[in-house]
Amino acid sequence: MVNENLVKDVVKEPYKYGFVTDIETEKIEKGLNEDIIKLISQKKEEPRFLLDFRLKAFKKWQKMKEPDWAAIGYKKIDYQDIIYYSAPKQKEKISSLDEVDPKLLETFDKLGIPLTEQKKLTNVAVDAVFDSVSIATTFREELAEHGVIFCSISEAVKNHADLIEKYLGTVVPASDNYFAALNSAVFSDGSFVYIPKGVTCPMDLSSYFRINSGDSGQFERTLIIAEESSSVSYLEGCTAPMFDTNTLHAAVVELIALDDASIKYSTVQNWYAGDEKGIGGIFNFVTKRGKCLGKRSKISWSQVETGSAITWKYPSCLLLGEESVGEFYSVALTNNLQQADTGTKMIHIGPKTKSTIVSKGISAGNSKNSYRGLVKIGTKATGSRNYSQCDSMLIGDQASANTFPYIKSQQPNSEIEHEASTCRISEDQLFYLQSRGIEFEEAVSMMVSGFCRDVFNQLPMEFAAEADKLLALKLEGSVG
Amino acid sequence: MQSKMKESDPILEVENLSASTDNLPILKGVSLTVYPGEIHAIMGRNGCGKSTLSKIIAGHPSYNITNGDIKFLGENINSLEPEERSQSGIFLGFQYPIEIPGVSNLEFLRVSTNARRKFLNKEELDTFDFEELVKEKLEIVKMDHAFLSRSVNQGFSGGEKKRNEILQMALLEPKIAILDETDSGLDIDALRIVASGIKKISNAQTGIILITHYQRLLDEIEPNYVHVMSDGQIIKTGESDLALELEKRGYEWTDNFIKET
Repeated sequence: MVNENLVKDVVKEPYKYGFVTDIETEKIEKGLNEDIIKLISQKKEEPRFLLDFRLKAFKKWQKMKEPDWAAIGYKKIDYQDIIYYSAPKQKEKISSLDEVDPKLLETFDKLGIPLTEQKKLTNVAVDAVFDSVSIATTFREELAEHGVIFCSISEAVKNHADLIEKYLGTVVPASDNYFAALNSAVFSDGSFVYIPKGVTCPMDLSSYFRINSGDSGQFERTLIIAEESSSVSYLEGCTAPMFDTNTLHAAVVELIALDDASIKYSTVQNWYAGDEKGIGGIFNFVTKRGKCLGKRSKISWSQVETGSAITWKYPSCLLLGEESVGEFYSVALTNNLQQADTGTKMIHIGPKTKSTIVSKGISAGNSKNSYRGLVKIGTKATGSRNYSQCDSMLIGDQASANTFPYIKSQQPNSEIEHEASTCRISEDQLFYLQSRGIEFEEAVSMMVSGFCRDVFNQLPMEFAAEADKLLALKLEGSVG
Repeated sequence: MQSKMKESDPILEVENLSASTDNLPILKGVSLTVYPGEIHAIMGRNGCGKSTLSKIIAGHPSYNITNGDIKFLGENINSLEPEERSQSGIFLGFQYPIEIPGVSNLEFLRVSTNARRKFLNKEELDTFDFEELVKEKLEIVKMDHAFLSRSVNQGFSGGEKKRNEILQMALLEPKIAILDETDSGLDIDALRIVASGIKKISNAQTGIILITHYQRLLDEIEPNYVHVMSDGQIIKTGESDLALELEKRGYEWTDNFIKET
């Protein structure tokens, strides 16, 4: 028998992003109604079309029921007990980073995301979002030279209203699901990316989402548009302080790729997961979807999900354009009492469309980790292909793993291939590595990263190393 | 010659060792001492406790020592972790080398080698320096460089796995190597490569324990001592001619022996 206590110790690494920034914030009162939505819209000085979008979404949301089909269990969320807008108090108009509250800069420094001119990351432009607002976006001028727009969605609403009006809600309509409707009604900030025709974005773009207050939800909204023959790689990271209450995070991400465009979207999600008794942690209900609108367009999702008490997330691709390509590479690690129900939907609509799904679930402690995926091949998607591989790794004997693959094909001239496996780190494997001088914890993390190799290979360089480290940290003390 | 060997201190001393797994006794009082430069062969029927003895010396967590001691370079190692034993110079060549999917053989060998080097206060090797070292060692087992980029033992043939074990031994330069049926599953050419590799790696300062069923390995590497195990005990010890006798007469011949200690 593998020593269970040792396994548990490995997973017990304290959460190092759990600090709270002591900063004066402007919060609106708790609760959700039309007046609150009008207030949010007013605070953000939004055009009429957006307020209408929000109010319509709110009406839909009121008629919807919270979904209960996922393999997760949690205490009912009281939507009237949440603050829907919280922002650090700042001067009215900030013209440069020097005017950003040093406490905020310090916060992002501590998170490893320096924003100031001297220290900023060299090859990545960063949009830093703190609770409900975007604090700063780096490299804007450099990007503008290439015609690339990278800013907070609030700014985009002001400066590029035409693009917002044209594309917002076209991939994830407000009525799509309960959490998407809620987000559409109350979303506060997030990132906006526009890559013009023929442009290869000169650097990686990245958003860093930080939840700071314990009683407000975060509802970010991200929209990325890649025009014909353009390409972009976008990274997203998330952390939150440790509170013993649960914080709701309901984001919507929409991607649009036109002819020959490609979008690579990578996430490292490390929201606070709650303690070992399952107290506290983020409820992460996220709708992410990409539309391959153009011919030969490509959208690739890669995600490393290690945080949150609950993860409910299915980054998907709508493959409309002929020969368009959708990819989903995922590593989901759960420990203690974490629950994850995650996967993807690949909807093949256009002919000769292709999709690849590689999912690696690792469950340790008493956690529950489910892959849920849909591959649908429509009547017009002749000559389309899907390949899915879903592997689960169990650590200890209290964790559980499920795989729910749904396959619907209406097109006989198409191919769907699905492989699944479940494994356990065996005592023999551990002993073999240990007998070669490799310490127990390193042996475990070697095997876990070996298990995730196919996915890590898809991550941008700077993320792959971080993901590897993050997994090792999360597993420290968990295997035996 | 033998008496000269014994002037130095022993590398390994197994003293009256008893061990069990799941409360089932496997070893029932094994004693064995290995001096520098010595080669010991342990023979015996399947299930007699040969492999268990090797695993216990390497620190396998499934077995409990119920009595006796294992000393390495004079220190009791009963409670050391397997990685500590390896770092200090004990090597176990596995009968069935384990597959580790997704972990590159090269990286595995490098981490392993560096763990040993760290213990020896030698500089740890970066990827480039390690490549140089491993290239040299690959020669010893006549392995192709391509093996390094594959996952540890995954999809290796039986012979390739065994050669990979000897490659590890060459990199770790252990004080004592216990080779558990390293000859099984090898064709004659592979057996010669493995045997000559073992001989190249060992020297007057190292000790070797060969666990085997067959004379053919002992034809390549002549042991100083041959021990016959049965039911968790060493029932007979002799010199290399004992193995020849055993080959001729079979294990049935040993059934009549009384425990010799």
